[in-house]
Amino acid sequence: MGEVYVITSGKGGVGKTTTTANLGAGLALLEKKVVLVDADIGLRNLDVVMGLENRIVFDLIDVIEGKCRLKQALIKDKRYPTLHLLPAAQTKDKDAVTPEQMKKLCEQLREEFDYVILDCPAGIEQGFRNAIAGADKAIVVTTPEVSAVRDADRIIGLLEAAEVSSPLLILNRIRVNMVKRGDMMALEDVTEILAIDVLGVVPDDEGIVIATNKGEPCVCDKESFAGQAFRDICRRMNGETVPLMDLDIPTGFMAKLKKKLFNK
Amino acid sequence: MEFLKNIFSKKPQSGSVAKDRLKLVLIHDRANCSTDLLEMMKNDIMQVIAKYMDIDEAIGMDINIEQTTDDNNKTVPVLYANIPIKNMRKKKK
Repeated sequence: MGEVYVITSGKGGVGKTTTTANLGAGLALLEKKVVLVDADIGLRNLDVVMGLENRIVFDLIDVIEGKCRLKQALIKDKRYPTLHLLPAAQTKDKDAVTPEQMKKLCEQLREEFDYVILDCPAGIEQGFRNAIAGADKAIVVTTPEVSAVRDADRIIGLLEAAEVSSPLLILNRIRVNMVKRGDMMALEDVTEILAIDVLGVVPDDEGIVIATNKGEPCVCDKESFAGQAFRDICRRMNGETVPLMDLDIPTGFMAKLKKKLFNK
Repeated sequence: MEFLKNIFSKKPQSGSVAKDRLKLVLIHDRANCSTDLLEMMKNDIMQVIAKYMDIDEAIGMDINIEQTTDDNNKTVPVLYANIPIKNMRKKKK
């Protein structure tokens, strides 16, 4: 029996879909059977971030309405043999699904896979309710900004009310030089405010934009700091104890190295 | 201490400004408590205390919901009220 995670944030644009794609690929690299479910009905995006948009035949709504079998709708990622995607419908809206149907779907999926990871839509309405209905664990993604942290706080409250047990935090897009200058909230500031356990910190990395452009999760890019952060997070999800990445030294060192190699 | 820091530092850094603003916003978000409600509570508390002590009405009462940590180190809201008193014993009118 696998575990069902929901990746949520409240605010849009903080990196839920990117995180989902990278955790999926990262756990598949650890040879776990993973299925990613795009729960953002009507605004599907996980397929393009994964680079699987051309392979969609059936979607989540087709499965729920019984138009196809679950197996037919699952897209196998050829790059990672144990990774699958269940895409969202693009032409329906969020009311096409009920929390009970999502629960049933999650129960079916967890029998086949080690990890079921749901990409939750932004907001706190029906789409959010559907996405958390079948989840036993939640990962809250936020960035070190006032608006994102405020929304994360609201989401944590709603998750607790819905009895999705103790959510974990991923702090995304942290910029070490700005934190050092005092112009960005540090991890400690955010955890003090939200009072939840940290699953990982992901540095702001141009590599993410490049990877998303190409439709390749950056978790397999050995050069990418964000990729390293996601690999660490996957190992933690898998039960290993991995210390939080020291975001400071690598950037400084790499910057120096690059300068030496390319500028002179 | 925080107060002294604010006076002596040249300009507050935007990261800590963000943190302070967030804390304040979240206190109200979490408490789900409007300013009207606070004002009503303030008036009621004033009335009760005025029965027993002389309140300095010129300064007025400061009431707010803030955060503190309980025995388990969890952050909990606390109702904070600062009431200036002129005289501990109420003068008989």
